[in-house]
Amino acid sequence: MYTSHTKADKEEMLKVIGLEKIEDLFQCLPDEGKFPTLDLPEGITEMEAMDELQYISSFNETTQELVSFLGAGAYNHFVPAAVDAILQRGEFYSAYTPYQPEIAQGTLQAIFEYQSLVAALTGMDVANASHYDGATSVAEAVNMAYHTFRGRKTRIVVSPTVNPQYRATIHTYMDGMDLEIVGEDLDPNSNPDDLIELIDENTAIVVVQYPDFLGRLFDLSTLTAAAHEHKALVSVHINPISLGLLKPPSEFGADIVTGEGQPLGISLSYGGPYLGLFATKQKYVRKMAGRLAGETVDTRGQRGYVLTLNTREQHIRRENATSNICTNQGLIALASTVYLSLLGKNGLQDLAKLNYHKAHYAAEQISTVPGFSVNPVQPFFNEFVVQCPVPAEEVNQTLLEHDILGGYELSKDYPGMTHELLVAVTEMNPKSEIDFLVAVLEEEYHD
Amino acid sequence: MTEKTIFELSRPGRKGVRYPAPDVPLAELPEEFLREELPLVEMAENEVVRHFTNISQLNHAVDIGFYPLGSCTMKYNPKINEATARLPGFSQIHPLQPVETVQGALGLMYETQQWLGEISGYDAVSLQPAAGAHGELTGVLIIRAYHNDRGDSKRTKILVPDSAHGTNPASSAMSGMTMVEIPSDKNGNIDIDLLKAECDDTLAGLMITNPNTLGLFDENIVEACQLVHDSGGLVYGDGANMNALLGIYKPAEFGIDVMHFNLHKTFSTPHGGGGPGSGPVGVTEELADFLPDPVVAMISEGDQESPAFYDLVTPEKTIGRVKSFHGHFGVVVRAFTYMLSLGKDGLLDASISAVLNANYIQALVKDVYHIPYERLCMHEFVTEARWEDAPGIRALDISKRIIDFGFHPPTNYFPLIVREALMIEPTETETRETLDAFADALLQIADEAKNNPEILHNAPTKAPFGRLDEVKAAKELILKTQLPEDYGK
Repeated sequence: MYTSHTKADKEEMLKVIGLEKIEDLFQCLPDEGKFPTLDLPEGITEMEAMDELQYISSFNETTQELVSFLGAGAYNHFVPAAVDAILQRGEFYSAYTPYQPEIAQGTLQAIFEYQSLVAALTGMDVANASHYDGATSVAEAVNMAYHTFRGRKTRIVVSPTVNPQYRATIHTYMDGMDLEIVGEDLDPNSNPDDLIELIDENTAIVVVQYPDFLGRLFDLSTLTAAAHEHKALVSVHINPISLGLLKPPSEFGADIVTGEGQPLGISLSYGGPYLGLFATKQKYVRKMAGRLAGETVDTRGQRGYVLTLNTREQHIRRENATSNICTNQGLIALASTVYLSLLGKNGLQDLAKLNYHKAHYAAEQISTVPGFSVNPVQPFFNEFVVQCPVPAEEVNQTLLEHDILGGYELSKDYPGMTHELLVAVTEMNPKSEIDFLVAVLEEEYHD
Repeated sequence: MTEKTIFELSRPGRKGVRYPAPDVPLAELPEEFLREELPLVEMAENEVVRHFTNISQLNHAVDIGFYPLGSCTMKYNPKINEATARLPGFSQIHPLQPVETVQGALGLMYETQQWLGEISGYDAVSLQPAAGAHGELTGVLIIRAYHNDRGDSKRTKILVPDSAHGTNPASSAMSGMTMVEIPSDKNGNIDIDLLKAECDDTLAGLMITNPNTLGLFDENIVEACQLVHDSGGLVYGDGANMNALLGIYKPAEFGIDVMHFNLHKTFSTPHGGGGPGSGPVGVTEELADFLPDPVVAMISEGDQESPAFYDLVTPEKTIGRVKSFHGHFGVVVRAFTYMLSLGKDGLLDASISAVLNANYIQALVKDVYHIPYERLCMHEFVTEARWEDAPGIRALDISKRIIDFGFHPPTNYFPLIVREALMIEPTETETRETLDAFADALLQIADEAKNNPEILHNAPTKAPFGRLDEVKAAKELILKTQLPEDYGK
């Protein structure tokens, strides 16, 4: 398997160490409890393991087998084969954090290119080398704001239409700090400008999402200006695919942009590993958490890259670090870098438009089904709320009988929204799937 | 060897992926929200593949050669793990699917929780945390929630040994606790007398790593846990060094109440050039209710007619969510594949071989390299890389010279309590020939340090790059490609 020593090897090695038997290696451990008998099976061969895992996986119904309109933070997008071909290179995946830059320029240059792409996409000055996912990047934005004001500003304004899982993560992360988190109990149908009256001199940061959790687009410039008047930061969470088409949050004046990077070539994989995008203005670079690659030269005059501004980090600053983050999402950041390189400017624009048109077609068609409606007022990208004539949970159950994942039931997070279904449409949904969804709704709810 | 960046390779009009033309009527675009410029790259697919292949070859990696990076457990990453994680039944499922459509995934997660629990002695396990440091934060928040739940909110002090990973004090600070450092004693164990002095009614807990970061088994562990418990505190175990203990000892038996695992260290999942990791947390029964939301529960046991049924449940007094969805599922599939492949016999052999290998290298070099705490080590050991007759030679020089032999250097300058530290962790997946070659290289380098120090100062010479100017990087702070003004317009 993965160890190579024969019995004879082990004996000779023990002799070099000056011991007689393997047990002697563990002589300083307490005798009581040593070498427990684990209640686990014996090992199996690769053939058997592959069979077993195949078998387990067969109990899952995939988004290839089902027709899926599920989004709500994770999106079913096409991943070009070249992305995984690069990820499967052992030079990338079996290396670790590039502590020795002379033999890690592959990883370091990829991080540098990733930072460049994320900065370009979001319109911000600098991006870090990643956080764990969208939720933790938002929580780190709040953490950064809190520390930027050295804990003197203790109010955090959070929009009710920031992804509920991200809001929950903010609460967990900031639980030990003496903070007041407000805004979440506003009507989810309200406008981001309704947050303005909550912003005061004590406000450290305002957190919003664009497109928001309900899929809607709002101009955030009034909100941002109001926050800046009170010297509060504004953090905007984005869907990176949408930025192929939409104005980046920098144009609204955002101080921090976070994002869930999963749509950028990362498989759904039941929720992870995903990718936390994090970008900010140059003036906050020393407050930002996470690793950073910077350009430099080597002793031979070659351009190269190193991890830089390490004095922000836990291995140097320990309890005074900007965050405890160490391992991040290296390989997933690489996936998004390869993905964005492949799509490039033209591909990402095409993709964003394709998503937009398909989602709007779906919204329009669903609205033609009696009893179903989509709010026509607010612009959206590739996700929208469908008002159903019966509880959304029932609609989903009915659709599942037709092998359709209908969408996300908003009542799970917003108790008042019993009849609302959050529907996402991507390039993976051909017109025939949208028409099928509409036909099933018509068939099931025709009276 | 400098490779152009993707921005330098970009030419207007190229693209590497095409999408089908819209098969639906076009909708009106939202004029007021449209972006004017998108300064991304434009490349054909073959250029992208060639670029990333070329830069990949500038890396050292486990698949290329020995990688004894202490505390990181750079063991071989079995290829089957990559294959199983990519099975469509695992990679193509949405995290919000109805649980009845993902029983395979939930069953696998449940089994992984059970395996980790059995290996470590814990009653409940959460797979949510994304990495080791994230597991630490989760663990400290659990300790905090436990005390608060008992109305004992004055307990805000966390003790951390001076040999601890930097993430330990950073995690305790993030949770709002006050950190107090506890020095090590002359044998490299936690200093019991100093610990005792801090055990009062403000003590929330002790964070401890065992084996510790000196690679030594902390012989005071049971007594330390007892002291902390007697004063009403809890003990957190940093499981980064669990590769020494599989089938050897269950950390719960030491008295550790909550511990994280690093699936990317102990359980062979790839380090990915810096991640993704996975940092599941195991706890004793009295802490199970505080685990992060959600955990996987078996709702009904299977029988001959129907399989078991699993669901995601929220622990009663949960500290809340620590991230989106249910943890790094793709990493969990790899770790589960590994555990299943090895079984209890293979897991035990992994730890035995890891400890044997570390002691073997230590024995081969200890007459030349000073070992500050000369004892049997566990899965790694630390040397003080300096000699009186080699002034001006630092651990960094030795590390850079090791590169010339085709090996990745050990971790250097950690732990902080050893001067010029080199921390060597061979792992179990290396042959005796590799260990011998590495020891020979260390001995040769020690000789060069004394007799021909310039070789060390100039190293590496055989790597694609010489030493890089870190001061310049920090001063100039070029953190992204500098684009021309009109780029992307």
